[in-house]
Amino acid sequence: MKHFLLATTLIFSAPAAMACETVTIGDLTVEHAWSKATIGAGRPGVFYVEIKNSGTTDDALVGITTPAAGMPMLHETVVQDGIASMPHAMSVPVPAGQSVQLAPGGYHGMLMELTTALKEGDSFPVTLSFEKSGEVTVNVDVLSLRAEGPDCADAGQ
Amino acid sequence: MLGVGAYRTRNRPARSEVLPVPIGQMTWTLTDHQGRLVRPSDWAGRPVMVFFGFTWCPDVCPTTLSDISLWLEELGADADRLIVALISVDPERDTPDVLAGYVSNFDPRIIGLTGPADEVAQAAADFRATYRRVDKEGGDYTMDHTAGVFLFHPDGRFASIIDFHEDRRFAVPKIRRTLS
Repeated sequence: MKHFLLATTLIFSAPAAMACETVTIGDLTVEHAWSKATIGAGRPGVFYVEIKNSGTTDDALVGITTPAAGMPMLHETVVQDGIASMPHAMSVPVPAGQSVQLAPGGYHGMLMELTTALKEGDSFPVTLSFEKSGEVTVNVDVLSLRAEGPDCADAGQ
Repeated sequence: MLGVGAYRTRNRPARSEVLPVPIGQMTWTLTDHQGRLVRPSDWAGRPVMVFFGFTWCPDVCPTTLSDISLWLEELGADADRLIVALISVDPERDTPDVLAGYVSNFDPRIIGLTGPADEVAQAAADFRATYRRVDKEGGDYTMDHTAGVFLFHPDGRFASIIDFHEDRRFAVPKIRRTLS
């Protein structure tokens, strides 16, 4: 897997290309991993990604780790009666035959205790832990604070 | 479960009963991201778009500000008279300088407002917005807050709210209705 990632990194060295890479583990396809630039390292960063489960067994994203942050966590933005709150999500279900998006306004990774400010054009690895499929690492592109998602030819918007 | 639902319905007024007061009747005084005092009377005769948030917010706030920036671009010069303000619900961390660094990432017509805790509370009360500090492990905290975008006519009357999960295509026509 490390070799595969290294090869992909070398091929897609142009900015904003890595978010468009696809990584698979078992029946899961992980793609469109991106983040937003932060102002300084004090504020939390964010992590968005798309996961497809083409298998027949339900799975779940149960955690994320990254060298970019001391305390990465899964959260869900919930808007109830017009009030936005951001509860910690113990896991994000990835049901059989379905796609799940960590996307603005919904599930997202919250990267607390950033080791350094995230700058547009940077990239960093995030390892996703799945309940059944195990761990897989993706490269995350840092887009501008204004970005609404990576610009991939096949981006499933 | 049914009992809880009924309790809520009885005790919480429907949203239509808690509309923001007209801008002219608001009483807050806040400071913008360039350090200038701003009062509701400064907005007299101008259409207004306000939303509550905070710069430590990783998801909802940058998403809303990105959306607002796109709407403003689509409206072009038509929106030049529109007051567009982010009111911080986290004045402890959001000083004018912090807000200046934050709003510089978005459309230049967006201003940031902050102030003493009681003035922020007054602004939230006037807009009928709510916010609440949520403490996390390790002394960190986040804020729950009203996520909608408030729109007002040039005469200060409340016009409408753009809800966070509303279809964003309806936003620009809603804003346009406040511009004339």
